[in-house]
Amino acid sequence: MSHVATIAVSILFDGLAYAMFLFITSVGLSVTMGLMGFVNLAHGAFAMAGGYFVVSLTRSLGLGFVPSLVVGSTAVGLISIPFERYLYRRLYKSTDLEQVLLTIGLAFMSIAVFTYFYGPIPKSVPLPDWLEGDVNLGFRAFPSYRAFLIVLGAALISVLWYAFEKTNIGAKIRAAVDNRRMAESVGINVDRLFTLTFALGSGLAALGGALAIQLFGLTPSFAVLYLVLFLIVVAVGGLGSLKGTLLAALVIGIIDTGGKYAFPVAGNLFIYAITVIVLLIRPAGFYGRD
Amino acid sequence: MKFLRWVGLAALALTVGGTAQAATVKIGVVLPFSGPNADLGHQIDKAFDLYVKLHAKDIAPHKVEIIKRDEGPPTGAIAKTVTTELITNDKVPLVTGFVFSPSAIALAPVINKAKVPMIIANAGTAWITNLSPYIVRLSFSMWHPAYPMGAYAHKKIGCKTAAVAYTDFPPGKDSVEAFKTGFEKVGGKVVLSIPMGPPTQVPDFTPFMQRVKDAHPDCLYGFIPSGAHATGLMKAYGEVGLRKAGIKLIGPMDLIPDNKLQDMGDAAIGTIVMGHYAVDLSNPQNKAFQAAWHKEYGPNSYPDFMSAAGWDTMHAIFDTIKKLNGDLSNGAKVVKAMEGWSTNGPRGHVMIDPKTRDIVEDEHAMEVYRKPDGKLGERILDTTKAVHDECKILKVGRCK
Repeated sequence: MSHVATIAVSILFDGLAYAMFLFITSVGLSVTMGLMGFVNLAHGAFAMAGGYFVVSLTRSLGLGFVPSLVVGSTAVGLISIPFERYLYRRLYKSTDLEQVLLTIGLAFMSIAVFTYFYGPIPKSVPLPDWLEGDVNLGFRAFPSYRAFLIVLGAALISVLWYAFEKTNIGAKIRAAVDNRRMAESVGINVDRLFTLTFALGSGLAALGGALAIQLFGLTPSFAVLYLVLFLIVVAVGGLGSLKGTLLAALVIGIIDTGGKYAFPVAGNLFIYAITVIVLLIRPAGFYGRD
Repeated sequence: MKFLRWVGLAALALTVGGTAQAATVKIGVVLPFSGPNADLGHQIDKAFDLYVKLHAKDIAPHKVEIIKRDEGPPTGAIAKTVTTELITNDKVPLVTGFVFSPSAIALAPVINKAKVPMIIANAGTAWITNLSPYIVRLSFSMWHPAYPMGAYAHKKIGCKTAAVAYTDFPPGKDSVEAFKTGFEKVGGKVVLSIPMGPPTQVPDFTPFMQRVKDAHPDCLYGFIPSGAHATGLMKAYGEVGLRKAGIKLIGPMDLIPDNKLQDMGDAAIGTIVMGHYAVDLSNPQNKAFQAAWHKEYGPNSYPDFMSAAGWDTMHAIFDTIKKLNGDLSNGAKVVKAMEGWSTNGPRGHVMIDPKTRDIVEDEHAMEVYRKPDGKLGERILDTTKAVHDECKILKVGRCK
């Protein structure tokens, strides 16, 4: 394979892995915003909490990395339910500003709480051997952790797509996103649906947060540090759209990786340039509705 | 009644007279306590607290009152606000701390105007000390480790070509410039230079490491702030397989902060850094420092090069309080008292160069290896005694 093609494949691979992380972490935010019209800036806090749960499960309890991912994200998903029931629900009909104040406040509180218990030193997780090495595809070796990210991302996308498009609950969620009052009037319990999707979204965020430890290290400030990135993915993709979030994550992940490789001097320019261009042409994002 | 009033007055007079001799010196401490680099602040803060706790009696009858403020993110804006408040509201005669170069750079005009000495415990951009006659630096200049690393890498590590990758802010540029100067002087060639985004956020380092891998230099010289970035860079370096490809990782000691080294895993083994401190330095002051640290903060907490500089910083401040008998009101006198100050600290012998108000210290080339007990450690390969800031000797750029 020629040199340029090898580099292109390598960028695609790294970009795809990065995109999977962006998708997993952002999809919950997109659904929450699309479904409930709720601006949840504490989304990153759930991701950060997921990361710390996995750190504790692997380091203190000696659980394997993959089982810890499952336990950690399920736990965060469950913990998020009372937040939705008792805090968020009160503000569904409030203005955006009030929602932003509540959730950014929660994010800052979470940072303080996790700093108190875990300290500010970045944490890492022990990975199993099969995730530490690399996968050799003949023309180039790829880090196995990245390959794992891609496989996991693809599996999750399939499951989510199936659940959204083919199951009864998925149909209800889509109905509620399209027209809440109509959905309620045909007997769909939208409140319970909200709780369910919120927990699912927070659980996925927690999974993303845990997966990110290997990429960025984990500090309590993860809760707000990468929030802008997730919001960009949601905005570019279009609120509430699974397809849109996926497309946005892919575009941003691959172009950002390629940009960093080829023109590191440009810094974060590529991410912002994509955002501006997409939103100029489609103000509601790829698959958002105006 | 009248008698009691007299007693009261006498008591009052005694107290007033007493405080005139035994001063309480306010010290403003500005360190990052929040954000992704909060642990850097804690590394220095712990050293400050420990020194004050163990040496409070050294300055008797005087006392110190430490006022701590959050330095905020590495942009300098918050540091400038809180330090200005410390000077104008709390009337501190001296400010110290400052992890980030942008904080020190932003504050230089304030320091000049207020004539309040700024004793830097970390911020390492070389030309900072030229910004104000009231700046004294106890930590290092980026040139301290980076410039000697240039020649060492070429001669001893066998780097004929090198790529440089750095976090894109003043100390990053400074460190790379210093390495390049030293490296090219002895015939090395820098083939690739990659800025790796701002210090405020840890980026995905993979694309940068891929680029280095494809350029295939002998060595990669990396500079990152030694917080969360260090772990991220090391992971990406290992994952992308640069060591396997024969590209050695070298840099200043920021690459392998002692308090994060154990978490870095096998990827770190073989990394060679230049630095003035490692937990494994064998001088007696360091042994005592380690023991005191573990006694205070537990066996799993480690000091690092920042803590060592923090310890010496507070030592210098205490000696100055003693020397000036508790009266730090004249900033110029405080600076004068610090010029030429020297000690044997955890880093070994250090001195403040009276000409530049910057530190003079030994630099060690150190390699990461797996110790017999399974932990990672640093092995000293080579030592250069009494290194001055070469940037100011060669008068490069803003160091004139």
